[in-house]
Amino acid sequence: MKVLVGMSGGVDSSVAAALLRDAGHEVVGVTMRLWGGDSDTGCCSVSDVDDARRAAQQLGVEHVVFNFSDDFDRHVVGPYVDAHRNGRTPNPCIECNRHLKFDRLVSRAEQLGFDAVATGHHARVGTHVDGSFRLERGADRAKDQSYVLHMLDAQALKGVLLPVGEFTKDEVRSMASDLGLRTAAKPDSQDVCFIPTTDGRRGFLESRMSFTPARVVDREGVEVGEVPAVELVTLGQRRGLGLPGGGPVRYVVGIEHSVDHDAPRVIVSDAQDLLTVGERVGSVVWAGDPEPGQLLVQTSAHGDPIPAEVSMVGGGSVDIRWALRQPRVAPGQSVVFYDPSDRWVVGGGIVEPPAVPVRL
Amino acid sequence: MDPDLVYLDHAATTAPRRVALDEMRPWAESQFGNPSGSHRAARIARRAVDEARDRVADVIGVTSGEVVFTSCGTESDNFAIAGTVAAVGGTAVCSAAEHHAVLDPVTHLGGVVVHVGSDGAVDLDALAGSLQGVSDRGGRVSVVSVMAVNNEVGTVTDLAAVADVVRRLAPDAWLHTDAVQAACWLDLRAISAVVDMMSLSAHKFGGPKGMGVLMVRDGVNPHPLLLGGGQERGRRSGTTDVAGVVGTAAALVAADAERDHEVARVGALRDRLIDGITSAVEIAVETVPRASTVPGVAHLCFPGIENEALLFLLDQDGLCASAASACASGAMEPSHVLAAMGVDRRTATGALRLSLGHTTTVDDIESAISIISAAVARLVDIAGRSRVDG
Repeated sequence: MKVLVGMSGGVDSSVAAALLRDAGHEVVGVTMRLWGGDSDTGCCSVSDVDDARRAAQQLGVEHVVFNFSDDFDRHVVGPYVDAHRNGRTPNPCIECNRHLKFDRLVSRAEQLGFDAVATGHHARVGTHVDGSFRLERGADRAKDQSYVLHMLDAQALKGVLLPVGEFTKDEVRSMASDLGLRTAAKPDSQDVCFIPTTDGRRGFLESRMSFTPARVVDREGVEVGEVPAVELVTLGQRRGLGLPGGGPVRYVVGIEHSVDHDAPRVIVSDAQDLLTVGERVGSVVWAGDPEPGQLLVQTSAHGDPIPAEVSMVGGGSVDIRWALRQPRVAPGQSVVFYDPSDRWVVGGGIVEPPAVPVRL
Repeated sequence: MDPDLVYLDHAATTAPRRVALDEMRPWAESQFGNPSGSHRAARIARRAVDEARDRVADVIGVTSGEVVFTSCGTESDNFAIAGTVAAVGGTAVCSAAEHHAVLDPVTHLGGVVVHVGSDGAVDLDALAGSLQGVSDRGGRVSVVSVMAVNNEVGTVTDLAAVADVVRRLAPDAWLHTDAVQAACWLDLRAISAVVDMMSLSAHKFGGPKGMGVLMVRDGVNPHPLLLGGGQERGRRSGTTDVAGVVGTAAALVAADAERDHEVARVGALRDRLIDGITSAVEIAVETVPRASTVPGVAHLCFPGIENEALLFLLDQDGLCASAASACASGAMEPSHVLAAMGVDRRTATGALRLSLGHTTTVDDIESAISIISAAVARLVDIAGRSRVDG
């Protein structure tokens, strides 16, 4: 097959390219240039392109760079800023996978005559009982990345290869070392790739939106502090709220935007008040036909899967009802449904804000 | 290079000329003396450098003292602009279609960027307005830089007309031209006659990479970028690359000697290339009328096509071409030249530069026509199908 391998310069994607090459495929490596701004980490910097090109050279495969920065801006950075403006906590890596790696890049690959696109994600493409492709957790459970790839349904998986998903991270590192790859010891990418660690999320957003100060109140409505930007506050957050130290740990359990009050309010309380019986999840993508019911639900990239009842409510949304009450998930975060054996991705979507503001 | 490759990226770099390689060899090998020394080995090297400088001066039409060897065209451009502002202050002015080696120093120094017309040549009225504007604000223009030939679309600037405007409205300013893309196609004597400084890059005319020239008119004294041993009469310190200087001179003399013949030969090949593509590919547009460009550049736009995809397919078929300038990562960037010319983004995204040179053959041109026609047809077909599907 002719395979286009997304190469970030990191170990996983370099080894993915090597595995495909060794399997006899015609491999071309590609690095997507996604972000034109300043960045020092992740998949976007020139130094990562250099690493990817060098790895491709060492593997003896061709390497190209595609500039998708317009699409990245439109589908990832713009929505990331908008989400904060609207009180959501977005997951830009998932949107990048959805719109860039597995849409823009896949279309480009088809256009150029490739049979498949591969990446270095730790997840597997398995075959379901009905014969269709399903996304399966990676062999290395601790490094599993199926959460960020959950949008890959049976149709999308037809043209996707995830070769390193069969191996543990240690095995991948050891293969990289055996191949003599200079990137073998390169650390995993962290954080949001388009945000420089120097000014962080706050500095990044500050130049792109205006912030609204908010009062921090306890559940009785007594003001206990203030924050300069309600847009940077996330449900469940417990630091950076301007609260005096020494007291019991308090979490953000609610955020009320200016409706009845002069300023928005951030409500803090103990962990108990963060618990909820369930969530409404929108923009749901199913792996195949919808399979609601008793499932495991994961609410963050490396969180534990939690038993819940998932039921359809129409309009592409579902309700999840936890078997045991759970901390609320910030609106905008992705949740992913797994089958009860915790092996297959069944679907996933984005947590919606409560229809009615939560009153404590 | 692989003889099967069809190489049409001569504006990026062209094949080294045999005569240059042959003349360079002894100076890179056995005659390794440092020309700044005083002993016999040094004197031998010094003579080679002096003779090379004379040959370059003759081709450019200036005195030998007006020839400064640098490490590249970019250094020559930076020396002319940043060196002038460092020496005499004032404001730097350039056209919006300049190479980044000019544009970036000018903007970095807070200079003025002047509009270009739809052909990419500087708009003389806009230039006059900018020069007048600086003096109206109480400023003083110290250097004006306008390229002789645009590196992307190949447009030739009427430098005599530019010089008239500059001499009239900014009589104290030094006029610089980036003539890096001109050396193979235009008589450099005619250019040097109307400017104060002129940049050349050796590898664009068959010399070695890592060698540039800045012609600096007597009495024009930009401040050196590199200080040290005082080579090049104190204008560019650093040990002289004797082989590079010799190769530069040999290549420039060869390019000059064959220029008239090559302009006619390559011009005919360029016409065949553009006509062949535009007749085979319905959407192809000749970006700038060929009468305005040097013979070595064929710039086309395929509106609706993404040149990144096109270049990949061309590369797979063994055709080396280019689009806009590639950024540090190697990704395609939207062309600032096409944007300055007012070309819309969709058209500019489909830009393709094919550049011809002294090794280009009629077989290259015929292969290129069929490879490009097939690749564009494939991309148009897929785009059409996905529109129907969608």
